[in-house]
Amino acid sequence: MTSDSLTRAFALLLKRDLVLAVRHRAEMINPLLFFVLVTSLFPLGIGADPKLLQAVGPGVIWVAALLAALLSLEGIFRSDFEDGTLEQFLLSSHPVSVLVLAKVLAHWLITGLPLLVISPLLGVLLGLPGDAIIILLVTLALGTPVLSLIGAVGVALTVGLRKGGMILSLLVLPLYVPLLIFAASAVDTAAAGLPVTAHLSLISALLVLALSLSPLATAAALRISLS
Amino acid sequence: MSLNEFFNMGGYAFYVWTSYGIALLVLLINVILPLRQRKKLLGDIARAARRARRDTT
Amino acid sequence: MFNNFFHKMASPKYFYRISGRLIPWLAIAFVLVTLAGLYYGLVKAPPDYQQGDSYRIMFIHVPAAWMSMFVYVVMATAGAIGLIWRIKLAEVVAISSASIGAWFTFLALVTGSIWGKPMWGTWWVWDARLTSELILLFLYLGVIALYNAIDDKRTAARAVAILALVGVINIPIIHYSVEWWNTLHQGPTVTKLDKPSIHLSMLIPLLLMAVSFKLYYAFVVLMRARCEVLERERHTGWVRELAETK
Repeated sequence: MTSDSLTRAFALLLKRDLVLAVRHRAEMINPLLFFVLVTSLFPLGIGADPKLLQAVGPGVIWVAALLAALLSLEGIFRSDFEDGTLEQFLLSSHPVSVLVLAKVLAHWLITGLPLLVISPLLGVLLGLPGDAIIILLVTLALGTPVLSLIGAVGVALTVGLRKGGMILSLLVLPLYVPLLIFAASAVDTAAAGLPVTAHLSLISALLVLALSLSPLATAAALRISLS
Repeated sequence: MSLNEFFNMGGYAFYVWTSYGIALLVLLINVILPLRQRKKLLGDIARAARRARRDTT
Repeated sequence: MFNNFFHKMASPKYFYRISGRLIPWLAIAFVLVTLAGLYYGLVKAPPDYQQGDSYRIMFIHVPAAWMSMFVYVVMATAGAIGLIWRIKLAEVVAISSASIGAWFTFLALVTGSIWGKPMWGTWWVWDARLTSELILLFLYLGVIALYNAIDDKRTAARAVAILALVGVINIPIIHYSVEWWNTLHQGPTVTKLDKPSIHLSMLIPLLLMAVSFKLYYAFVVLMRARCEVLERERHTGWVRELAETK
C-alpha cells in the first residue's frame, strides 16, 4: 500500500462527498438558514438596543454556530451507514482515520465554510465593529473545523441508534465549551480594541489537538458501532 | 458547647444541616439501589431457571 | 474445549466471591472513618473567623468535588483497560463508576449552591468551580445516556469507554477554559469556596472525609459491579446455582 494510493483514496472520497452534497443542496442550506434565523431571533427576544446587541453579539453568533453545526453533524456518517458504505470503509486496506479525515473535511467544506461566508452579515446585523468582524471570521475559520472534528466522534458513537440525535447533543455540546469560551471572548476582546493573539493561539491549539486525536477516536468509535 | 449550640451551627443551621442531610440521602440511595437490584436480579434468574427445568422435565 | 470454557468463566465468579467478602469490611471502615470525620468536622473544629459555622459544608462539598473528578479518571482508565486488553471486568467497573460519579458531582453542585447562599446571597453564582462541576455533570449524563441507548451491553461498554477517554482529555481543557472565562467576567463577588488558608483543625476532618468518600466509592462500585456481573452472566451455571440457593 503506497502513500500515493492513500492520497488518491482521500481525494476520491472527498470528491464523492462534495458531489453528493451538491446534489442534495437542502442539506447544505438548512444549517445555514438555521444559523441566520437563530441569530436574528435574539434582537427580537432581548430588544434592539445597539449597545446590548454589541455586548451579546459574539456569544450569540458563536452559540448559533454551535447549534447549526450540531444540526448538520448527523449527515457526516448517516447516509453512508444506511447504505452500507461505512462497512466498506472499515474493510478497506486504508487506515480508517484518514478516510474519516476526508469525510470530516468534506463535511466542513459543506457546512462550516458557508457559516464562515455568511457570518460578516450577522456581525453587521448585531452591530459589531469592523475589527471584531474580522476576528469573528478568523475564530470561525479556526473553530468550525474543531466543531466538525469533535462532532464526528459523537456521530460515530451514535450512528446506529434510533434516537441518536438527542444523545448526540448531550455528548457533543459539553465538549464544545472551551472553544465557545475562547472564540466568543476573542471577538469580545477585539470589539474592545484589545489584542487577541493569546485567544487565537489557544483556538489553534484546540484545532491541532482535535485534528490529531479526533480521527483516531472516530475510527475506533465506528469500529465499535458497526461491530 | 451545649447541644443546642451544636444544632444551631452559629445561625447557619439550615444550610449546614440541609447539606449534610442531602449528602446522607445521596449516600444511602447509592447503597440501596444496588442492594435492591441484586435481590431482583437473583429472584428473576432463579425464577427463569425453575421455569426452564419444568419445561424440560 | 471444556478447559477453555472453564477458564473463561472462572474470572467473574472469582470476582463475585472475593468482592462479596470485601464489601462488608470496606463498609465498616467507611462508617468508622466517617464518624471520626464528622466528629472532628462538626464538633472539634472551631468556627471560621469569616464564615462562622457555614464553612462546615466544605467537609462534604470539597471531598465530593474531588471524587467527581477522581471517579471520572477511574472510569476512563478502566474503560481504556477494557478496550485494550478486552478485560470484561474493567468494562464492568467503568460503567458502574459512571452513575456513582454523577451522584458525587450532583452532591458537589448542590452543597456548593447551599454553601453559596449564605456566602454570596444567591443560590447560584457562575463561579469557576461550580461551572466546571456543572459541565462535568453533563459529561457523566452523556456517558450514562449512551450506555442506556445501546442495546448490546458489551458494545455499549466499549462505546462508553471511548467517550470517557475523549472526556478525560477534555476535562483539563474545560477546567482551564472555565477558570480563564471566570477571571475575565469576574463579578462583584469574590469566590470564597476557594482554598482558605486552612488550619490543621480543619484539614484533619477534610482529609478524613476525603478518605471516607474514597472508601464509600470502593464498596459501592463493587456492589454495582456485582450486579452488572450477575446480569451479564445470568445464563451461566454458577449464577443460576447462586440464585436458587438464595
